[in-house]
Amino acid sequence: MSEVLLETRNLKKYFPHKLGYVHAVDDVTLKINIGETLGVVGESGCGKSTLGRTILRLLEPTEGEVIYEGRNILPLKGKEFRKIQTGMQMVFQDPYSSLNPRMSVYDLIAEPLKVCKTVTGKEAMAKKVQETMELCGLSERHNNVYPHEMDGGRRQRVGLARALVLDPKFVVCDEPVSALDVSIQAQILNLLMDMQESRNLAYMFITHDLCVVRHISSNIMVMYMGQVVEYATKDEIFAHHVHPYTKALMSAIPTADLSRRNRERHVLKGEVSNPINPAPGCRFTPRCPYAGKKCQEPQPLTQIAPDHFVACHECVSFSS
Amino acid sequence: MEKLLEINNLNVVYYTDESVVHALNDFSLEVMKGETLGLVGETGAGKTTMALSTLRLLPEQVGKITGGTICYRGMDILNAGKKQLRDLRGAEISMIFQDPMTSLNPVMTVGDQIKEVLDLHFPDMQPREKNQKVDDILKLVGIAPERKDQFPHQFSGGMKQRVVIAMALIAEPKLLLADEPTTALDVTIQAQILALMKELKEKFDSAMVLITHDLGIVAEFCDRIAVIYAGTVIESGTVEQVFSQTKNHPYTAGLFRCIPDLTTTAKRLTPIPGYMADPSNLPEGCKFAERCKNCQERCRKEEPPMNEAEPGHFIKCFMPEKGGMTNE
Repeated sequence: MSEVLLETRNLKKYFPHKLGYVHAVDDVTLKINIGETLGVVGESGCGKSTLGRTILRLLEPTEGEVIYEGRNILPLKGKEFRKIQTGMQMVFQDPYSSLNPRMSVYDLIAEPLKVCKTVTGKEAMAKKVQETMELCGLSERHNNVYPHEMDGGRRQRVGLARALVLDPKFVVCDEPVSALDVSIQAQILNLLMDMQESRNLAYMFITHDLCVVRHISSNIMVMYMGQVVEYATKDEIFAHHVHPYTKALMSAIPTADLSRRNRERHVLKGEVSNPINPAPGCRFTPRCPYAGKKCQEPQPLTQIAPDHFVACHECVSFSS
Repeated sequence: MEKLLEINNLNVVYYTDESVVHALNDFSLEVMKGETLGLVGETGAGKTTMALSTLRLLPEQVGKITGGTICYRGMDILNAGKKQLRDLRGAEISMIFQDPMTSLNPVMTVGDQIKEVLDLHFPDMQPREKNQKVDDILKLVGIAPERKDQFPHQFSGGMKQRVVIAMALIAEPKLLLADEPTTALDVTIQAQILALMKELKEKFDSAMVLITHDLGIVAEFCDRIAVIYAGTVIESGTVEQVFSQTKNHPYTAGLFRCIPDLTTTAKRLTPIPGYMADPSNLPEGCKFAERCKNCQERCRKEEPPMNEAEPGHFIKCFMPEKGGMTNE
């Protein structure tokens, strides 16, 4: 077993709303080891991005703990926190809006160094920036280029370089490839995996694309309305997914494989229900084809196999 | 089978301040009655331009059709008058736009927006009958008719897309141009919408051109596929012919290699090197030559013709790749 880098315990983030609270992230407990990738999957609005941001304290959590290298980072303040924060970075979803249009590529990548002061001195900084740019597949001639002059793939490389220039140990990738074309997407995914190998990075990879998640992750967590519904290793979840929501997700993905063309589909009815003050119990009930009376009661994540957890009354009783 | 739409050697350019962008170059395509054709390509390949040209909706001054013909059931669209075009749009050919969030009018109720189509195409229809039709189509796309007095902001993304589909279908068009209808939606909602479109297409016996960049959607929902690169169709055939990967254009083969899927366990993806040719400065010869690993001298000089690899399967390449999936 490799060493645990980051852990959350019962992490919660509620947003106040005039009708109550939006339960964006509800009671999420997870572990990420050094050099591993946790894939977080779910529909839009299920709290994936909020979870990523809450872990990095870009949003202050409502409750719970975030433990990074054995230390709860939530009570930390000022300089002490800044120091830890350097090791945890984020790559944003939209390469079009996450870069300042008035800064050149060099300035964009040097900015984190200026803020965190991990490298001081003009020359050392220039060297570091060039190294990182090269690593991310950007050449020196891009130094004075502005974001609008680049295409989506190169912009995403800049976004990645901004995160990596600080030599982080943990990177939250918030849908880094969903705005890109497939051929460019493959380039960026390969780049991410190369980085992981050479620097032993840990990723939290947020996406709604199960094919991508299968390619890059070691563990996978499926979220629905702020809660974890299934959590297992990659091979386990693709071979023996049990939660009805995971099943529906799996059967909904179109694949280029003709043999799967006429498979039986579990097309879900309805849409995600209201996340404001949700009732206790399983939040998937309104769309679940197997929902029964028991489902009105809360069901915590339960282990049904080694490294396989699921939150569903039906599945748990079935497998035990 | 009857040909519904026939596009021959279409050329479309956009004029910008600095340059002339060649969006479509010698673009030819046929759509048969009742079929679903998947049109696949990267951003900027010219997919949307094709749809807009067919409806003559290219932005004035900026976009211009410089050559070729578009023929819809014997009617020459490029030389049609304003009245003829108005009768065509919505009633014969209709379009579903990519982004349901921006293609609805925010200050008009959903019901009125759908009814607008009927007001235009059936001015003599009784109001009661119109209302009945709106109710029917809403029910068909899975929206309770009671919601027709609501405004677009009261609907979720998937529901808005259903409204857009209802608008496109209410006049029962023969041809539906769907421009990335599900790109903005989640996978579970995407599955719902695609199933719905398939069902409605069968009900009205209309043909559909499904524009997408997702090969998976094409494999599951289309009869035929056309792959477009730098404004030209480089491969077309039935879904079985193209996806069996016995013979493919190197670009199509490259696309297959770079999508991660649910069955194989390749450690690394094989991206297509480089970027798409700049449409304002297209190279001579094959447009894909720059990125092609089989590229030879000949490819840079002359443009390969559309060769028929097997009946109905066309590949625009001198040396099509065999056995697509083989990684090198």
